[in-house]
Amino acid sequence: MFEQSIILSAIRDAIDWVLGLVGQDISILPLPVQVVLCGLIAAGGLMGAIAFAVLIYVWMERRIAGRMQARRGPNRVGPYGLLQTVADTFKLLRKEDIIPTGANRILFAFAPMLVLAGVVAAFAAIPISWDADKGEPIMIADIDLGIFLITAIVATEVIGVIMAGWASNNKWSLYGAMREAAQVVSYEIPLGLSLLVPVLIVGDLSLGAATEDQLGGNWLIWRNPFMWAVFFIFYVAGLANCKRAPFDLPEAESELVAGFHTEYSGLRFSFFFMEEYASMTLISAIGAIYFFGAGDLFGLQGSSSLIMFGVLLFKILVSIFVMMWIRWTLPRLRIDQVMTLGYKVLTPIAFFLLLGVTVWDLYDLNDKLWELFSRS
Amino acid sequence: MLNPAMPLPDDPLDRDILIGAGDISTDEMYINMGPQHPSTHGVLRVLLRTDGEIVTEAHPHIGYLHRCAEKIGECLDYIKFQPYTDRMDYLAAMNNNLGYAMTVEKLAGLEIPERAQLLRVIIVELNRIASHLIAFGTYGLDAGALTPFFHAWREREEMLTLFEKICGARLTYNYVCIGGVVNDMPEGWEDMVLDFLDRFEKRWKEYNDLLTYNRIFIRRTADIGVITREDCVAYALTGPMMRGSGIDWDLRRDRPYMMYDRFEYDIPIGEGKMGTVGDCWDRYWVRMVEMKESGKIVRQAFDMLKGAEGTHKAKVPKVFKPKKGECYVGIENPRGELGFYIVSDGSKNAYRMRVRGPSFCNLSILEKLLPGAMIADAVMIIGSTDIVLGEVDR
Repeated sequence: MFEQSIILSAIRDAIDWVLGLVGQDISILPLPVQVVLCGLIAAGGLMGAIAFAVLIYVWMERRIAGRMQARRGPNRVGPYGLLQTVADTFKLLRKEDIIPTGANRILFAFAPMLVLAGVVAAFAAIPISWDADKGEPIMIADIDLGIFLITAIVATEVIGVIMAGWASNNKWSLYGAMREAAQVVSYEIPLGLSLLVPVLIVGDLSLGAATEDQLGGNWLIWRNPFMWAVFFIFYVAGLANCKRAPFDLPEAESELVAGFHTEYSGLRFSFFFMEEYASMTLISAIGAIYFFGAGDLFGLQGSSSLIMFGVLLFKILVSIFVMMWIRWTLPRLRIDQVMTLGYKVLTPIAFFLLLGVTVWDLYDLNDKLWELFSRS
Repeated sequence: MLNPAMPLPDDPLDRDILIGAGDISTDEMYINMGPQHPSTHGVLRVLLRTDGEIVTEAHPHIGYLHRCAEKIGECLDYIKFQPYTDRMDYLAAMNNNLGYAMTVEKLAGLEIPERAQLLRVIIVELNRIASHLIAFGTYGLDAGALTPFFHAWREREEMLTLFEKICGARLTYNYVCIGGVVNDMPEGWEDMVLDFLDRFEKRWKEYNDLLTYNRIFIRRTADIGVITREDCVAYALTGPMMRGSGIDWDLRRDRPYMMYDRFEYDIPIGEGKMGTVGDCWDRYWVRMVEMKESGKIVRQAFDMLKGAEGTHKAKVPKVFKPKKGECYVGIENPRGELGFYIVSDGSKNAYRMRVRGPSFCNLSILEKLLPGAMIADAVMIIGSTDIVLGEVDR
């Protein structure tokens, strides 16, 4: 278990060191306790990192929106308004937690947790960097089924959204939930198919293997002519997965008031808010790792895992900026248009691209074309 | 049979609709859009009967902003009622002032100096731009694009500053008054307006790049909420709602008042550029072009103002008593024909005051347009009628 994960073994070493202070070592704890303890610490760290990132993202979003809308955005609390989101967080924490009459209290309370948990858990299988000495990706759990686990675990978020809409005892919320249900079946297929292509090329479901495969500028996006189109499909479907504009139908504020989270307030509302930004990060991270070489910068980054982490973070931020840019530019699609886009446009193209990549790889056309060019 | 599982609405009127319908099925749902809904542009309430996302029945309910404006008009002096007209269509307050002032002037047989008339034309056309800017911005908002709204607001803010300079107020101006306008334009105001118009024309192109020709926006508005020519006439639609359906009718040109017959401008009509004639996009486009045309009128009016005779206001007696009679004047408000019908019994109050609000009449077609549309379309259709609830309810 600990051999597979650099982060978990580092946590175990830290516990060992702390116990060493009182003259003990980690072997006094039985193995299951060690695993659970390390897991909990890792989960807490992940949660904290995401919460912190969300603070930055919200600030970023508001500043970018301000820029695009000929206004300033937050600029009073703290330098450049950086503490505005902190202030807002405290405001959200202090708000009254309202559960509407007639709501299903258990589902209502459970839904935001489920929504957030799904997305946060998926980060366990995301490699944040590369350890050149050990030749291993730095991640919480380097499981063989990496991307499969991510797509599966992220799907629980949809259940949470539908649960929230249903339990709210509000017709607008119900509409939001039903839209999410309709939307998820139309974007998950192209999303899955577009993720299948990098898996096919790398030959491994683990994202750690993809990181290794692309070291030294050998990014998947250059591997064959279909990859840009595959990335485009992935990105569009990913936007729908994050419920970001122009696919923000489940919460379409001009149509459904606030969609599935109409009735939520305070901390519970902030969970949905965090989920949105967390899944943006997740989609951006998968995009960076599967198409743009993860933490690799054409080999220029050297062997430092910290720089590689920085490079990955930069790529994620660029992607998130594009998502914000799209949100503040485009109008919203209608639900039938989203479904048409998913079923009739993205899915067939994704199938075609999958086939194209398969054939390209099968006949090794990269090498053959290279020979053809170098001969002439 | 009523389905016992489906709760009855509280409103007795809704209850009647529900029971009268007779064919209640459990798949269908009654849902209140408004009065507190982000996209009903005020306190409009539309009771929707929906089958999934599709609206099968729609009943607009109005009256949440009723302030007895007409009755107040009968209880106050003619001059004292003037500020209340601002509060009807608060986005085009100048136009409302003008409609009222013109009606009273016709009743009293007042002659308005040329200069006052030109100042009125300028301010009214500027207000038309400001009003259409809101229509444009909020329509983007309805479609889910927030940015056009802020861009429109930026220009509107500049316009409001111009209005503030000329009359001291930013929303309810009370500038056009019986006999002319309250005061002449201040020094340098003309240059500021012309300067603004130059900038505005550039930004008008930006609006089109940002929203008008956006593929998603076109797909959300083209072929949605199509109004035929016959329906326009049957529902007494006026203004951009009617011109969007291809009916070439504008009171400024076809029943000229003030000096509108001396200006050169085009009246845009819907041509079905992106879909069918009379769809939401056409109505939107008519408003966009009207903004540009209003700019043209303002420029011409400033040119004419240099040689205009008279002052900014005719002499009006302090105690104002028009002779017995009645009259109706309709003017082209940004939303359509705004008419005032006043009956005078020779006293200092009107005996009867009646307002023909364009928003009120334009609203009536919702009942016909909404069934068959999806909820997202319903939002777009309500947005394309560009109603101001202050004037619907008065």
